[in-house]
Amino acid sequence: MSLEEQTEKKEQRPRAPYMKPTDISDPNYFHKVVDCQWACPAHTPVPEYIRMIAQQKYTEAYMINWESNVFPGVLGRTCDRPCEPACRRGRIEEKPVAICRLKRVAADHRGDIEHLMPDIAQKNGRRVACIGGGPASLTVARDLIPLGYEVVVFDRDSRGGGMMRSQIPAFRLPESVLNEEVDRILNFGAKTHFNHDVKSLKKVLDEDFDAVFVGTGAPKGRDIDIPGRLEVQDNFHIGIDWLMSVAFEHTSKIGKKVIVLGGGNTAMDCCRTAKRLGGEDVKVIVRSPFDEMKASPWEIEDAQNEDIEILNNHVPERFLVENGKLTGIVFQKVKPEYDETGRRKLVPTGDDPVVVACDDVLCAIGQENHFPWIERDIGLEFDEWDMPVVDRTTFQSTNPRVFFGGDAAFGPENIIWAVAHGHQAAISIDQFCQSKDVNERPAPDVTLISQKMGMHEWSYHNDISNEERYAVPHAEKVSALKDIKLEVELGFDERMAFEEAMRCLNCDVQTVFEDVKCIECDACVDICPVDCINFIKNGEETDVRSRLRVPALDDDQSLYVSDTLPTGRIMVKDEDVCLHCGLCAERCPTAAWDMSQFLLKEGQAKNQRQVA
Amino acid sequence: MSYIAKPKFHHPNLPRNSLGLTRRDYEGAMSTLCAGCGHDSVSAAIVEACFELNLPAHKLAKMSGIGCSSKTPTYFLSKSHGFNSVHGRMPSVATGANLANNELKYIGVSGDGDTASIGFGQFAHAVRRQVDMLYIVENNGTYGLTKGQFSATNDRVSLGRKGQKNAFDSIDLAAMAIQLGASFVGRGFSGDKEQLVPMIKAALSHKGFAFIDVISPCVTFNNHNGSTKSFEFFRDNERSITATDYIAPREAITAEYEEGSVIDVTLHDSSRVRLRKLDANYDPSDSAAALQHIMKHEELGEVATGLLYLNVEDTELKEKMDMVNVPLNSLGVAELRPDNNKLESINKSLR
Ligand SMILES: Cc1cc2nc3c(=O)[nH]c(=O)nc-3n(C[C@H](O)[C@H](O)[C@H](O)COP(=O)(O)OP(=O)(O)OC[C@H]3O[C@@H](n4cnc5c(N)ncnc54)[C@H](O)[C@@H]3O)c2cc1C
Ligand SMILES: Cc1ncc(C[n+]2csc(CCOP(=O)(O)OP(=O)(O)O)c2C)c(N)n1
Ligand code: SF4
Ligand code: SF4
Ligand code: SF4
Ligand SMILES: [Mg+2]
Repeated sequence: MSLEEQTEKKEQRPRAPYMKPTDISDPNYFHKVVDCQWACPAHTPVPEYIRMIAQQKYTEAYMINWESNVFPGVLGRTCDRPCEPACRRGRIEEKPVAICRLKRVAADHRGDIEHLMPDIAQKNGRRVACIGGGPASLTVARDLIPLGYEVVVFDRDSRGGGMMRSQIPAFRLPESVLNEEVDRILNFGAKTHFNHDVKSLKKVLDEDFDAVFVGTGAPKGRDIDIPGRLEVQDNFHIGIDWLMSVAFEHTSKIGKKVIVLGGGNTAMDCCRTAKRLGGEDVKVIVRSPFDEMKASPWEIEDAQNEDIEILNNHVPERFLVENGKLTGIVFQKVKPEYDETGRRKLVPTGDDPVVVACDDVLCAIGQENHFPWIERDIGLEFDEWDMPVVDRTTFQSTNPRVFFGGDAAFGPENIIWAVAHGHQAAISIDQFCQSKDVNERPAPDVTLISQKMGMHEWSYHNDISNEERYAVPHAEKVSALKDIKLEVELGFDERMAFEEAMRCLNCDVQTVFEDVKCIECDACVDICPVDCINFIKNGEETDVRSRLRVPALDDDQSLYVSDTLPTGRIMVKDEDVCLHCGLCAERCPTAAWDMSQFLLKEGQAKNQRQVA
Repeated sequence: MSYIAKPKFHHPNLPRNSLGLTRRDYEGAMSTLCAGCGHDSVSAAIVEACFELNLPAHKLAKMSGIGCSSKTPTYFLSKSHGFNSVHGRMPSVATGANLANNELKYIGVSGDGDTASIGFGQFAHAVRRQVDMLYIVENNGTYGLTKGQFSATNDRVSLGRKGQKNAFDSIDLAAMAIQLGASFVGRGFSGDKEQLVPMIKAALSHKGFAFIDVISPCVTFNNHNGSTKSFEFFRDNERSITATDYIAPREAITAEYEEGSVIDVTLHDSSRVRLRKLDANYDPSDSAAALQHIMKHEELGEVATGLLYLNVEDTELKEKMDMVNVPLNSLGVAELRPDNNKLESINKSLR
């Protein structure tokens, strides 16, 4: 039967009574299958850059990153990597692809990129102020300057970079890497006012800026209120203030015995920094159980590798002071208890209090926003928690001329979120300055291209590597602990980078099903190594999920559903653990399956400009 | 043919059987057959059935002749024994192996060419002798391996790929097997594992000669308009007579059926076959009636499928021959060498 006849026959068959055929023209459908890209706040096309690395096209890999996340060199070392827990590889074997550290490979090995930078358009006469020079503001500057905007950056620090410079220690992020990526943007022609503390938003608004972006972060470290606190001023330090003074080289020493209070990433940076400034016995002491510490597992691991002890379930009770000098902290031991809703309570164990001696305390128990410099009578609403009211899509405040992003918008997050906010705010500012609706967002740039080269040949590498995740080599410990500027992680060499890149499952190379071609021979069902494909009777989604060869238990993972086939059944593919190996397409006698690369680039202010 | 090996990764929630194995552990090498060949689906059905039966692979032997179908034992049960014999000679090799070691289960895989033409005589005698094995014919109405000549199971009305007519009537191998005395005869379709897998499980649990004729389209040479062994033609003209449920020993039957609509048969190993009669008048224990049924459908241009005939009373070859009931290689000197008295009496009888 010809395809036309098949199509005609299909039209006559009764429509699927329950699950509707999947609409693959909706960009979200395939985007969601690319778990890593979907999870990345800036939606970096991860598998595409990983493929470039495998082909030693480092410059291309860098540029794919740079367009999406602006700071590949920085992020390749420091990103919180929400992509990795999402990575499909983590569901078929133990560990995800080292997505983040491959990003660093692109930065380490790339060639010259100056000629690939965007052209800077003629000035369009619009002026935008960015308050704060962190990643959020820098992203706004990067997106808007090439379009012809004049961007003026204010920061109270002496250089740009925000907390990437003032907080992240040099042994995790070398200054040269940071400078290069920050300066690249400033050199687009940003006007900078460093060492400039903005004390009044009203005053900025009174100058002739068409729009103002607030990217001032969450700069206030939380203090602790327990007995003795006021007596220990000299040897008590707020973690982020202390890290900043280390970064700007105002502090270079600490006592031999150091306690770090808190269990987040700031605590990890504090303890490792202390270890390099003379701390011999450095302990992290945290209220929560070890498993519930906020710090990323790899940061905890790095701290432990540097012989830092972590005491969990210890709540600080009071400071011990002798002759006006700090000598230690008294802790109460607690244990977690959970109510029916799973909420945790820390209850005292009843054991004797624990005394831990120390010379210095670093307090890393949280960070807050702080807007004393924003007047409350300028049409900019604050909510009950004293946070500005900011739209989650447009990043516009209730004063239409003022936009927020990064940690300043919704509280402390991380660099990649700051970048993602910056892109979105830049779109809004561009719209706003052209008197267009800020709610109109540019569509992503999407392509879906068949990878078929021959009968069983694809233009991507479909033969999956069975290797386990490669560990990044580290500098030798003794020398690392001696030099605060010596980068601990050495990065993958090219060989390791290639092997690690080959672990990627190419989740962007999509299985595309054309129902009219299918003769229901079962070949794809039989060959699929992970039992994704099913031909079954239609039903409600929960029922269909339960009837698959291997039931699809994770509702977050989509089912790809076809229209009704000649036998009255439907094809249902569970996207969950598909290896994108293409064997279904290789074994299909009628090419009803094809492998097509889905490339999605998020809409940015620049795209819109090109269209207009 | 795919150039890459099938990835080793399997679904993390893939069920395990009582041996702790997954379905994937019963697979074989990567198939080199044409993409979409029905034979690969039959292999998958065998894998599924062996997995579900909790069979240890080393207790099984795969026997075959020559043809695309006969190549398939390489593509399943890579840890089982096997013998790839010459064209049409699988039945005699299987007979010998069976007599030598009846502790193994035997799966013979053959084609319509291998069985209905060159190996027809061999086939007839394996059936007649009730060799204890499962004999599967992957029936595509053509000689696939030698590029698509009509085979002896190709229907008279069926046309070749270029419209050639067929001069001869077809041999119905299922009818043939019933006539020759097979005790288990079924017909299935490579594209319908719901029907095929339970039938293979029952056949592997049956003692005696079990025969399954599996219509298994050749996508390359015999799946065109005008072929009566194509996916589409078969689906339109298949009439299933019985639906088979396989019930493992000690497994409870939960579904309830109307009186007289099901027949339960207990197999040799105390597993059961539950036949749901889709045709009310059908009696699968009556060989003459079964034959008549098959013919009746054939006259209408239809193909009867399902478990067509089942006889659990008959004995198998080794019993018929009154042979020792252990593998011959386990016999020691004492059993093999007659003592003096015995020798004397033998010699005497010959004098
Ligand atoms: C110790 C520590 C370690 C971290 N490590 C990581 C990490 O490894 N990976 C990661 O992704 N994230 C990390 N973060 C978080 C990350 O640094 C921030 O989320 C991110 O920098 C926020 O970017 P931003 O642009 O919103 O603001 P920031 O980077 O905070 O920049 C704000 C800038 O505004 C300036 N500013 C504030 N108020 C004013 C004012 N009134 N006038 C003028 N200038 C002003 C500040 O001086 C600052 O330079 C870490 C944070 C800390 C504290
Ligand atoms: C003795 C001998 N005669 C002829 C052949 C050539 N030959 C190889 S396979 C085959 C027919 C196979 O047909 P079938 O058993 O239906 O298998 P299919 O390939 O269709 O699965 C023939 C005639 C041979 N290999 N050996
Ligand atoms: S396997 Fe590759 S493409 Fe898939 S989620 Fe992981 S990194 Fe992304
Ligand atoms: S690409 Fe096809 S065969 Fe491979 S895992 Fe995905 S669905 Fe299965
Ligand atoms: S020629 Fe026919 S029978 Fe042989 S492998 Fe190809 S499709 Fe299968
Ligand atoms: Mg054949």
